[in-house]
Amino acid sequence: MSEFFKKSDISRSEAENIISETLQKCDDGELYLEDSKSESILLDDNKIKNSSYNSDLGFGFRAISDEVVAYSHSNEISKNSLKQSSENLKSTLKSIKGTYNHEIPKTNKKYYENINPIEQKSLNEKIKILNDVNNYLRSKGDKVKQVTANFLGEQKSVEIIRSGGETLSDVRPLIRFNVSVMLEKNGRMETGVYGVGGRQSYDSYLKDENWKIVCDEALRIASVNLESKPAPAGEMKVVLGPGWPAILIHEAVGHGLEGDFNRKKTSAFHNLMGQKVASEGVTIIDDGTIDNRRGSLTIDDEGTPTEKTVLIENGILKNFMQDRLNARLMKTRSTGSGRRENYRHIVLPRMRNTMMLSGNRTQEEMIKSVDKGIFAVSFGGGQVDITSGKFVFNCTEAYEIVNGKIGSPIKGATLIGDGPSILKEVSMVGNDMMMDPGIGTCGKAGQGVPVGVAQPSILINKMTVGGTKL
Amino acid sequence: MIKDQEFLEKKASYCLGLAKKLGATESSVIVKNSVSETVNFRNKKLDESNRSDDLGISITTYIGKKKSSIFSSNLINDNLDILIEKCVETTKNTPEDEFNSLPDRDLLAKEVKDLDLYDDTHIENDQKINYLKKLETAASSDKKIVNTESSFTQNKSNFVLANTEGFCDGYKTSSFSASSVTVAKDEKSMERDYEYSSKCFLKDLEDAVELGKLAANQTIRKLSPKKIGSEKIAIIFDKRIAKGILSTFVSAISSSAISRGTSFLKDKVNKKIFPDKINVFDKPDILKGLGSRNFDSEGVKTNTLKLVSQGILKHYLIDTYNGKKLNLKSNGRCGGSSNLFFENGNISFKDLLNLNSKSLYITETIGHGSNIVTGDYSVGAAGFLVENGEFKYPINEITIAGNFKDMFQNITLANDLEFKYATNSPTMMIEGMVVAGK
Repeated sequence: MSEFFKKSDISRSEAENIISETLQKCDDGELYLEDSKSESILLDDNKIKNSSYNSDLGFGFRAISDEVVAYSHSNEISKNSLKQSSENLKSTLKSIKGTYNHEIPKTNKKYYENINPIEQKSLNEKIKILNDVNNYLRSKGDKVKQVTANFLGEQKSVEIIRSGGETLSDVRPLIRFNVSVMLEKNGRMETGVYGVGGRQSYDSYLKDENWKIVCDEALRIASVNLESKPAPAGEMKVVLGPGWPAILIHEAVGHGLEGDFNRKKTSAFHNLMGQKVASEGVTIIDDGTIDNRRGSLTIDDEGTPTEKTVLIENGILKNFMQDRLNARLMKTRSTGSGRRENYRHIVLPRMRNTMMLSGNRTQEEMIKSVDKGIFAVSFGGGQVDITSGKFVFNCTEAYEIVNGKIGSPIKGATLIGDGPSILKEVSMVGNDMMMDPGIGTCGKAGQGVPVGVAQPSILINKMTVGGTKL
Repeated sequence: MIKDQEFLEKKASYCLGLAKKLGATESSVIVKNSVSETVNFRNKKLDESNRSDDLGISITTYIGKKKSSIFSSNLINDNLDILIEKCVETTKNTPEDEFNSLPDRDLLAKEVKDLDLYDDTHIENDQKINYLKKLETAASSDKKIVNTESSFTQNKSNFVLANTEGFCDGYKTSSFSASSVTVAKDEKSMERDYEYSSKCFLKDLEDAVELGKLAANQTIRKLSPKKIGSEKIAIIFDKRIAKGILSTFVSAISSSAISRGTSFLKDKVNKKIFPDKINVFDKPDILKGLGSRNFDSEGVKTNTLKLVSQGILKHYLIDTYNGKKLNLKSNGRCGGSSNLFFENGNISFKDLLNLNSKSLYITETIGHGSNIVTGDYSVGAAGFLVENGEFKYPINEITIAGNFKDMFQNITLANDLEFKYATNSPTMMIEGMVVAGK
């Protein structure tokens, strides 16, 4: 158990009393405590530009009555501060008469080890790897004009104290290693970016000079882009490669299947439960239980164990992702999807690792079947308007397809589509499902949380490609 | 209550003192406290209240040309001591960088003007609730509106910046913000849009009824959008999108992008990058300005800069580190621009709509499609088709694309600039961009 009250003027049992007293007539709520330590070491422009360390501590106190959420947070864990928060919550929820729901499922499983990745490798070792990365990439020819590489490491300890004193806790490691390289040839500049990460130690990614794989990939993407020509503009067939391009799934359907938007009926999917929303053969799950993955969690930020939630099964919409609040109001159960960026934020239903499962076609078949279209391999990010259902994602590595063959690389472009209809346009699902490299962060309502995606190669019959060539 | 100057200064000088004792040759510290209170409404009912109280300290220590930094909100007894010790220790182990240093003493701000950035008014949650009730009643008066979510936030902040060159200053700021997001529905479609107001002073905030009406109208007019074909067409950017183009411009002239050589505007100082009539200002001393400040995040004084004069790029935004690298003096832009704006053009909004027989008016873009290395721009967009100066019908599921180098040369600005955000632009037309649709 963490030491949240050890150096405070308030004891655990006193805190429990305030929590129970504040929440007695509420439907739900808890005190969420968080202690996080993170570091960032950045090499840029041939130098160690930044070595910084962040120590963040605080609590968020939440009380829920019917649909109303009252929240108060502070980074001072003290008697005064907790009492002030309690008063603040009570003043919002003036006349309430709910019954506190004590039920919360338990788990003995863990999906990552209790480690602090920051302490597992010394600063000097990390600096040495960053310098090695820089030397390695700059030895690849004088086209290399800029190299940026960084380590991000974090250990976050959380504790959730519910009314009555029931306590749930979790210690979450997280690391990321990124490389960005810029090339210049005949006055033209292009960058390539690649990274790896997850909930385990740096060495899982970096031993035996594994970092060279990351460098090579960044360099390869930059080199491809240096030869790219303007992307086409208009509707066409699109083949997506496996892995990271599953940002499509995350944006096109993932956000629209989060419980809050569907309870509020503001999602384009809110009235489609049980209906066909994707082609036959398309199955999409959101899974928080894969060992060491960036989007995995032993328990969510309300204390509910995570699970493997089937969202779409063989084309039919089966489930939304739920936190406790939205589950109660929609008369269902939490799927362990209640997450927050940190103690400064309220819980929202969020994705974990969102994946489209493999089918039985090959990527080769897909490309062969396209007369005119694009083959998109790598992406920078995406965004969705959950109400209109329109979503975008930005390619960072793509090629044109002409008469069933991969042609020249094309410049980065935005692809736009309609979430509720795009998965009906999926005409082939590949047999090559792959996880992303573990670097994704999803933003919602100003909160960023680590997530993962996965998918096999897929063929989409029709999507709008935002190039400049008419 | 936010912490007063004396409390923050005490913490700051404690940090500087301890860092020195532990072996730092120079150091700087920022202590900031921010208290904000938010009430959210949904469909004319209370949905959420949120109070936040944040106190954070960030410290940068130097040992000669070595540097490291820490940030902490963990203020339990001895934690700060442990962290400063760790920071100094990390500094010792970090390689030297010849450009690392505190700002030159003669560039530090000496007098701090009162820019009228703090309103002492405290607005109770009940008053916020009254405002939101009025707002949401106005926003939901049309039955096409099926969902409203609105929010009112009061924020009060105070900070102190101190360094071992003897600089120690800070001031309070306040903001009052209201926003409304509405969803409208008809047989064919469901659409969402918003309106927003944020001011330093409560009395300057947009009227609740006006804000609600605006949000609703902007949403209803988007219903039943069409998708158009792919073509080259004049694009008119609504002010709320045009300011984003200006933001991309300043990130491309930040001294870090310039010194690293990773900007499409490197080597463009004193070169013409916009048409003759275009002027861009960054003016930090606007009273009650949302981006106003007396000094930057290193304590360097900030003067008004005419970044672009008659289409010619005149300045980069320079901080101490990158300035030393580029052999230029900091112009007080560590942390970016202040109140940044395009000067008004000389044509009315109405005349701008009439410049082409057919154009596309963009009210929303989605996606992160601005590449400041290459200048390539490609984003998802929604808006309206404009024909002969008239709004014809809403458009959705298209992309717009171009390259900033060309786009900047083809900008025409209307004369309708207003100071609604920290970065502002009049309505902007750019010719020669490509729309991808059907």
